[in-house]
Amino acid sequence: MGLRDLFGGKALRRGVHVPDCKDLTGRLPIRRLPFAPMLVVPLSQHAGAPAIPIVREGQEVVRGEPIAKANGFVSVPMHAPATGQIERIAPAPSAKGDLAPAIYLKPWPSASQEILYGAPQDIERMSPAEIIAAVQETGVVGLGGAAFPTHVKLKLPEGRKVDTVLVNGCECEPYLTTDHRVMVEQPKEVLHGARIVMKAIGAGRGIIGVEDNKMDAVEALRTALGAATDIAVEAVPAKYPQGAEKMLIRVLLGREVPSGGLPSDIGVGVFNVATLAQLGELLPRRQGLIERVVTITGPALAKPGNYLTALGTPLRWALEQAGCKEDLASVILGGPMMGPAAGSLEVPVTKGVTGIVAFGRHDVNGRPRRIYPCIRCGACVDACPLHLNPSRLGTLARKERYEEMETDFHLNDCFECGCCSYVCPSNIPLVQYFRVSKQMNRERKARERAGANA
Amino acid sequence: MNVPAPTPEIQLRTSPHFHTSRSVSMIMRNVVYALLPICAFSVWLFGISALASLAAGAASCVLTEYVACRMAGRPASVGDFSAVITGLLLALTLPPGFPLWMTAVGGVIAVGLGKMLFGGLGFNVFNPALVGRAFLQAAFPIAITTYTPAMAVNRFVEFIPATLTLPFTRPPELAEWIQRVRVDAFSSATPLMMQKFDHVTTEVLPLFLGKVAGSAGETSAGLILLCGAYLIVRKFMDWRIPAAMLSSAFLVGAAFHLAAPAQYPNPLFVLFSGGLMLGAMFMATDMVASPVTPLGVWIYGALMGLITVVIRFLGGLPEGVMYAILLGNAVSPMIDNLTQPRIYGARKKEKAKA
Repeated sequence: MGLRDLFGGKALRRGVHVPDCKDLTGRLPIRRLPFAPMLVVPLSQHAGAPAIPIVREGQEVVRGEPIAKANGFVSVPMHAPATGQIERIAPAPSAKGDLAPAIYLKPWPSASQEILYGAPQDIERMSPAEIIAAVQETGVVGLGGAAFPTHVKLKLPEGRKVDTVLVNGCECEPYLTTDHRVMVEQPKEVLHGARIVMKAIGAGRGIIGVEDNKMDAVEALRTALGAATDIAVEAVPAKYPQGAEKMLIRVLLGREVPSGGLPSDIGVGVFNVATLAQLGELLPRRQGLIERVVTITGPALAKPGNYLTALGTPLRWALEQAGCKEDLASVILGGPMMGPAAGSLEVPVTKGVTGIVAFGRHDVNGRPRRIYPCIRCGACVDACPLHLNPSRLGTLARKERYEEMETDFHLNDCFECGCCSYVCPSNIPLVQYFRVSKQMNRERKARERAGANA
Repeated sequence: MNVPAPTPEIQLRTSPHFHTSRSVSMIMRNVVYALLPICAFSVWLFGISALASLAAGAASCVLTEYVACRMAGRPASVGDFSAVITGLLLALTLPPGFPLWMTAVGGVIAVGLGKMLFGGLGFNVFNPALVGRAFLQAAFPIAITTYTPAMAVNRFVEFIPATLTLPFTRPPELAEWIQRVRVDAFSSATPLMMQKFDHVTTEVLPLFLGKVAGSAGETSAGLILLCGAYLIVRKFMDWRIPAAMLSSAFLVGAAFHLAAPAQYPNPLFVLFSGGLMLGAMFMATDMVASPVTPLGVWIYGALMGLITVVIRFLGGLPEGVMYAILLGNAVSPMIDNLTQPRIYGARKKEKAKA
């Protein structure tokens, strides 16, 4: 710890400084987006098994009512995002580009849209196991983008202990201000959520890490914290990809998650601030997750902002409400460094969508760039936060030596943050090479397994 | 209000959707900018012969790259400026009166053999300019060690006689011509030659300013440092490589000097004489032929500094920078392999295995 503080203190050493583009929405308060004429609620909005519908076509549902149940432990239920009628249960376009089963819900324009709560519950008197079960019932998943079911992270394997809960308020992706606004406007809920997970997981202390381009959020959290000492708020110098949990753990605690392991291997649990704000709000009144804050922004929009958006809202409706003013060139779900481009404007907002960034045809990022050979300048090596060698990995990928990439050059540790592609002066799409390479390795292993079984 | 884009028209691209404004041609263009003051200084020092040599080097390299691309049926890669760099560097490392036809042959070898044969930009194992120079040193050992004095009279109106030698003929003797044009206090022997053969150590200040004999572009250590600093400040060059090479040369030179002060010059002379500064700043830093790992670049630089001094002090040649860098290039892939950084979260088990 001492040495680390001497050399630059709490800062991310690798990574890149990207233009943050957060001025468009950083100071705008959260506003509610009107209901779309049709909400499309996919059954798989989370990592794990898709939920099982418990409604039939034509059924009338009340906002907040469960409409699909969890399929096993690594799965969560879905709740009706609006009062209305189930139109049909059918495939719908998903962010991945394919079709996935979804529940089509038509909100009633004249309904009061009051939310159906369960019986209030007192967290103080609940055991960790009860809390974990209650968290699953809310349908809350990681709202930072990964959409991993939160209750699964709370359930530790036998004999494992977590001493620290890290609350991730870095939001290092350009354009996004979702977490920022949540921290500024709902600091009490964030703290409440943090204490709930600390109790469930058995951690004695919590640390909220916020990048120093959001000092108003730091102030709001510290004010809400008052004299309490169980949770600390730390401002860290802004740099991408600090919001990646592995990075934040090293910056704040000086610990490293072992390759291929989980934060709980080293006694840490990491939760996103928006996730905790939702937990802090929903859990006491036994309500399900039906909406989330989404930063709808980008140079193509006239009214960018932070919108409280009903789950299942199609992108087309969201963009219209935010004042889409020109021909769209591309629409990104999440931030521009890691977010996928949407293949269709019918794709709905799901639990893991942190932002929608729209670029018009006239925006610079529409131009194709010429790809040069790797000149081994080493910029990617200096940028990779995991200390991988993207230059070598890229060369191997071109030669289709996928297996060597995995065994000798740690391909599977790459979490596709995009730093290497970002800095590459030859415009080599390194991250895309790595995605393809990982897929090739998965397919090869599947073939080998099939061969062994035959 | 309408959202006009019909679904099939939005672009499907993969993340990251942001990119820096830096490109290969931008890096290369800036290296050319950084070389221009050095070229100008060499023309001021040695006159139109140096200018002709620079032009011949650049033209032959660019032409070779163009022809090689055409022959390979690939789009011409001349626009990335890397061939211009090779040509200028080649000419800067040659004596100012080097016959132009030999310079052109060097350019063809540098780009043809040193770069295009390996697959073009990004695939060369050695610094192309030095491949060309190594060939010239082997093919024309006399011409490449025939130096002329700086600041000669008439240098802006009269070529050094050797410059205009007809192809495949022997350059003329220069001793008489040198006597005629030489200005007092300007010798045609380079500081390294005087050190090696006469044990006369040139003062550091003239070496730093560069009004001495030598290869066309290597004489002013100060100017080269300044131009290199430009690239370093703009982050177009890895500062660690020159830092490692120069400090290693300095330290090894100091060790020799302390052991036998009468025989070996002081380490500052080592640092500022000959082609060390030009080599460390502009040739050892060739991105393609140097390692990429953080530890690797230090080892690579230190190795080249060591070899340079060892050749100068213990070898038969007065200068060793060229061979030092070529050797460094040769072991660079191995250095890379041996210095793969410890990755985030590497497991102990793996370390034990490695």
